[in-house]
Amino acid sequence: MSADCQYDPASETDKVIAAVLADMGRPGQRGIIVDSPPGAGKTTLVVRAATELAASGESCIIVAQTNNQVDDLTMRLARQDRGLLPGRLSATDYTPPAALLALPNVTVATRLDDLGGAQVILATAAKWATIKDRSWGWAIIDEAYQMRSDMLLLIAARFDRALLVGDPGQLDPFSIIETPRWIGLPYDPMQNAVTVLQAHNPDLPVHRLPVSWRLPASAAPVVSSAFYPFSGFRAATTASTRQLEFTAAGIRSSADLTLDTAARSGWALHELPARHTIRTDGEAAEAAAGLAARLLARGAAGTCERHPGGQPLAPQNIAIGVAHRDQADQIRQALAHATTADARMIRVDTANRLQGAEFDVTIVLHPLSGRRDATAFHLEAGRLCVLASRHRHACIVVARNGIANLLDAHPSDEPIHLGVRAKFPDGWEANHALLAHLANHCIPA
Amino acid sequence: MTLLTTLARLEATASGRAQPLSRVRHRRLAGQPLVVIPLTLAGDPATPVAAMIGTSRADQHLLVVPQPRNRDLRLRFLTGLAQTVIGYITARQNTTEVLPATRKREERRRYADAPQIIVPNRAARDYLGLLGRSTRFQRTDGPFPVDPAVPALGKWLTFLADSADQPGSALLADLTSLLAEHWATGQSPLEDAGLAAQLAWIDPPPGMTGLQAALATEDPLRCPPAGPATDPGFDQAILEPLVRNYDQAAQAGSRAGTDRAATEITSALKSQLEPTWNAIWLAISLLRALAETAGAARRWATDRDAFTRFSSYLADGGLPQPRRDHAATAAARLDRLERAQAAYDAERALEDPFILAELRTTGEAFAGEVVSAESSRTTTTTAGRTILRPRFTVRTGDPVRIEPGRVLICPARPSQRVQIADLPRTRADVDVVLEVIQGMGTPGRPKAGAVPPIGELVSYTLDPGYWAQRDFPPVDQTPWTHGGPPARRPADHVEEPQS
Repeated sequence: MSADCQYDPASETDKVIAAVLADMGRPGQRGIIVDSPPGAGKTTLVVRAATELAASGESCIIVAQTNNQVDDLTMRLARQDRGLLPGRLSATDYTPPAALLALPNVTVATRLDDLGGAQVILATAAKWATIKDRSWGWAIIDEAYQMRSDMLLLIAARFDRALLVGDPGQLDPFSIIETPRWIGLPYDPMQNAVTVLQAHNPDLPVHRLPVSWRLPASAAPVVSSAFYPFSGFRAATTASTRQLEFTAAGIRSSADLTLDTAARSGWALHELPARHTIRTDGEAAEAAAGLAARLLARGAAGTCERHPGGQPLAPQNIAIGVAHRDQADQIRQALAHATTADARMIRVDTANRLQGAEFDVTIVLHPLSGRRDATAFHLEAGRLCVLASRHRHACIVVARNGIANLLDAHPSDEPIHLGVRAKFPDGWEANHALLAHLANHCIPA
Repeated sequence: MTLLTTLARLEATASGRAQPLSRVRHRRLAGQPLVVIPLTLAGDPATPVAAMIGTSRADQHLLVVPQPRNRDLRLRFLTGLAQTVIGYITARQNTTEVLPATRKREERRRYADAPQIIVPNRAARDYLGLLGRSTRFQRTDGPFPVDPAVPALGKWLTFLADSADQPGSALLADLTSLLAEHWATGQSPLEDAGLAAQLAWIDPPPGMTGLQAALATEDPLRCPPAGPATDPGFDQAILEPLVRNYDQAAQAGSRAGTDRAATEITSALKSQLEPTWNAIWLAISLLRALAETAGAARRWATDRDAFTRFSSYLADGGLPQPRRDHAATAAARLDRLERAQAAYDAERALEDPFILAELRTTGEAFAGEVVSAESSRTTTTTAGRTILRPRFTVRTGDPVRIEPGRVLICPARPSQRVQIADLPRTRADVDVVLEVIQGMGTPGRPKAGAVPPIGELVSYTLDPGYWAQRDFPPVDQTPWTHGGPPARRPADHVEEPQS
């Protein structure tokens, strides 16, 4: 424990950020990569780097992948440094949120010329791809692992040097076209931007943010060892900082036992009896929706570093994560019929759409629950990683018994290609690692 | 596999006959396609043994390599194949049409026709690509010169194989995929890759169910495989001894002996290829019976554009396509394929009620009755102009999985675009409030029929939107992120003509 007492997460993070900024200051350093585990303060780093560049008079652009990400970064940047003038470049058919328009130092425009004296210009990668004949000293690329390498090719002429920040453990970008044509080429356009950049520039420095501010002490070691086996990270908070409690005591139902286990240990596996089901498994959907509604009904309240006096859980602090859109639909319908009226405001979404989001409690419908086969889609480590790393207090997994057997019956058999680097961990291994941990927190439904 | 396809497969199994998945044809079938059935040597991936080729059932030519391991004989075969294929292609270049100048491009000519090569299955399609790759770099000078037709064949086959990746292109079509787009059989997709078994379900002989007919095709003596791989039993019992006879005669220097052995090999291979030849023409006649959509003609025009561009590229002394794409050409190609796929999916959904029905099961489309309409609703733009924005509400029981704000299109009103204004979900039914944003006219002159009347049954699906072609940097300006410009000036590089 004494080592833990001395561990100061803020100074550990600052050390890495200082090293990144030092690398950026080195002349001739074209690119820097920063790997960030879930909730490790990626945005803070981007904002710090941008303000430092602006302060030193460097021209700088920021590239993010979605409009939401750009808006979020713009607001963080504008609030951090009231003297800074960020410019938000957007598509013509895009309506910026009112909160962004209210900031006095932000300019929003659809054309570069209308941004005037903006010091830092922010836009989505797709918007940057339409800009021609201008270039800046630096680009900060956020969520770089979610960007496809062909997009990087389109915008690469816009900057001389780049800082790429992203989470390597999440879902890879995808294409609607399936072709083996470019497999193994270093510039495979279907690969993510960081992989391609590294294949051509193997000497670029890679930094890792060492601390997760989001994941609680109960989750960081599990997620770290299952999904980030070589880079590792730890939780910024201790077990005593994050507490989840209920104002109403439970009855001895399995749902309440599951909630109690999750509140106590940060994890719970709500295990339905083994059965092969179709993708939209009615019982599993009811169970997930029921747990979410019950969480609200029992008046769950979380204590944490932001709310040391405790804060009741609102519907927007809870999310239900699934693999497929029809499953999300089914659970939304189940929530609409729940006795707790607020339950229908709970966000239900697929792993792809939950990337980057943060909640207090998440309920996850295990991608392999009830399946007969373990396909590459359902085994993907990134999918499970996104689902299991969105929470600040507890994660409840709803699954049918038999997933371990299913995994053993379907060992990884993806083809191996020359010139393609093996990805660690593979989905099979990551699934087993998480299941082994959940087995200690299993409540039969 | 979607819900409706699964259902159709189950119905096919129960009824013993393939079930239609579509009643229209989304791809052009040329009046005079060139059918090619290649056969390859077992264990030697790029060594052809024979090819049956022709433009009608009666116009059947068989090209054979009596000793496939002999390079000279193989080259003689490839030269023959090249002459037939290039002769066919040249005949498509006889007539041109003139496209008048538009605002964006100058007047241009394009061939009125284009080649269409039909092969039995996907493996044969890939095999033609492989043959293209192995022949396009052959040299016509130096110590072992080949006929100039051979590298020319290689460039054409590569062009055709590359275009076959483009969704909706009909320049090189494989029949099992075409048939699978139109019929669901009672067997697995893997079994559908066998042309004979697939046809057995679609068109079983009188008195037999699809299953019985498909089981009968499993006998390689009655129904040899459609290639390119040959039946191992045939290889061992017939082909191998005959090739050995040929070798012995060649060693003995007996011209009559090699001729006799070659004739025997030819007739043996003919017996292997003829059943597939007949099956192909049967499949083509089945597909011809389906009505072609307007989209098929549009995509055929795109194919003719590509054919015209590549013809002039070759006429200007075009070099063979590179072995691998460069970073920028790969990205540009992926961009082209993705745009073609999105457009193809959208056009098919509008033209084919079967496909629209599938989209309704996955929530990407919906159909229902118009329950209310405000056809003269107006709003004011930020610039202060009053514009017509009619709204109407569609009540549907479909599982709508489209977010508000998305733009939709409908088959009945192709010029109309609507946007989901609201999507209240309270009961089992969903009321979709739609706002017309295109094709409604102005407040002074509303367009008649732009808003469906109450009671009309309408269906809507997602508008893929217009997606402009992206400008990737030229190969010699590849940025440092992608390795910089290639070290060697890409001498063998083809800048693929852009559309």
